[in-house]
Amino acid sequence: MMSLINALPGAAAQGLIWGIMAIGVYITYRVLDIADLTVDGSLCTGGAVCIMMMLSGHSVWVSMLGALIAGMATGLATGLLHTFMGIPAILSGILTQLGLWSVNLKIMGKANQAINVDKYDLLVSLRFIRDVPFYQNTIFLVAVVILVLIAILYWFFGTELGCSIRATGCNDKMARAQGINTDFNRVLGLMISNGLVALSGALLAQYQGFADINMGRGAIVIGLAAVIIGEAVFGRIFHNFALHLLSVAVGSIIYYLVLQVVIWRGIDTDLLKLLSAVVVAIFLAIPVWKARYFSRPIKKGGGR
Amino acid sequence: MLQVSHISKTFNAGTVNQKQALRDLSLTLKNGDFVTVIGGNGAGKSTLLNAIAGTWLVDEGQILIDGKDVTRLPEHKRAAFLGRVFQDPMNGTAAAMGIEENLALAFRRGDRRTLKGGITAGERKLYREMLSRLGLGLENRLTTKVGLLSGGQRQALTLLMATLKKPKLLLLDEHTAALDPKTAAKVLETTETIVNQDHLTTLMITHNMRDAIHIGNRLIMMSEGRIIYDVAGEEKKNLTVEDLLRKFAEASGEELANDRMMLAN
Repeated sequence: MMSLINALPGAAAQGLIWGIMAIGVYITYRVLDIADLTVDGSLCTGGAVCIMMMLSGHSVWVSMLGALIAGMATGLATGLLHTFMGIPAILSGILTQLGLWSVNLKIMGKANQAINVDKYDLLVSLRFIRDVPFYQNTIFLVAVVILVLIAILYWFFGTELGCSIRATGCNDKMARAQGINTDFNRVLGLMISNGLVALSGALLAQYQGFADINMGRGAIVIGLAAVIIGEAVFGRIFHNFALHLLSVAVGSIIYYLVLQVVIWRGIDTDLLKLLSAVVVAIFLAIPVWKARYFSRPIKKGGGR
Repeated sequence: MLQVSHISKTFNAGTVNQKQALRDLSLTLKNGDFVTVIGGNGAGKSTLLNAIAGTWLVDEGQILIDGKDVTRLPEHKRAAFLGRVFQDPMNGTAAAMGIEENLALAFRRGDRRTLKGGITAGERKLYREMLSRLGLGLENRLTTKVGLLSGGQRQALTLLMATLKKPKLLLLDEHTAALDPKTAAKVLETTETIVNQDHLTTLMITHNMRDAIHIGNRLIMMSEGRIIYDVAGEEKKNLTVEDLLRKFAEASGEELANDRMMLAN
């Protein structure tokens, strides 16, 4: 039992860091209505850029900014494949993801790059979970970062431009009829999303002390799991956009806490990804099953 | 206001599904014209509206709106001149967004979308006033998600959105066809009120021949991608449904035997 309790703060910290990625996934999956597979690659891009920039002497903030910009560039690539080249969104994401494997290797020079927490001034680390002043605590810092990001996104999606992005995802035919450049908005949305994912990767690489070519594998599934858990838990009470984003972040924490419990129960950790995939598949199916097998006939609305 | 000259459009060219939807079609609308469009299935009515709206580019010909050549302009840029209402009530609005948010999107048609607030307090007042004119009680439900509204309410809202920023040309694509008769009549009435108030140049497709005769100042009939009958003024007012059926048979050499059109009489 003690080992579980000891592991929980770390799980919470990881959940929070992945929460930023999950918010990125929310923006593509829920706002733009695109399942963007770029994230499996852009998460690693963010980690790789951040670590390499820090190793070459840049400050942690500049490095994270670099990671953010690199992530936005990956979103731009997917966006152009999708809009300018007319490739279906899922396939565009897969193509970018595949290409990023090489790009990430070239950024790092090898498959894995470590960074020493004692030699570099990291913002977050698994060493900063306990026995540090609260303002250095990783959980506190990432929570603050998430709240700031949510505030910025809430503001942005309330602006004229942000509203037009939401309209694009909701009904692109209507959006174009109202003079909205839906192609531009899709690209912009993908850039914002992957920027956030890369930022999450930058924090994750610092937290675990290394960037690894495989660190983003299955990220999309974790992101979707967080979105779905957040909606399942808070969907009925949270209606505001900012609260939706918050529930996604909390969904990510719940995901990691549950994962920790499952590991503590002694499951073969090789099976974890299969378990995640099955759980996400079932949750994605629930609304479909509900509509197909449990729907009550809806009274058709008349004139008013 | 609108000058369409010699436009043609072929879909799926070079395949077994090749379909010439518009054939060398020309049409000129004067400022303030309210033109109804009728014709059988596949006559090219919707294709004509989509060609004007820029859903895709025409193969040949030229389209001028208010003297400006828009032939090569993409859909979202042409939208600055156009108000559109579609047949399917789901198509004209963003279901997951509120009534006021939808109106705010329409209010900015043709403008650059900036980082200013998506909706202002002054607008809300305007929207409430406009909505109350619809007489559907929507003025007190500004933040209600549009997805919760009935088809008729959504269509009335779409109409308001299409005309909120006065368009050079209003395109109505069978916008009452998916509604029950009572609601359809109400939406049509609202349409006439708004068009007359703002003196909007309008192109309205309808399958109801009586509506086509009674509404507007000009009527065109289409068949196989061409305009086969074009009538205006007194002559149009004196038309009967029987006249239209006969005209159709004369011009196209076939019966206007369309169940939906028959029933609509």
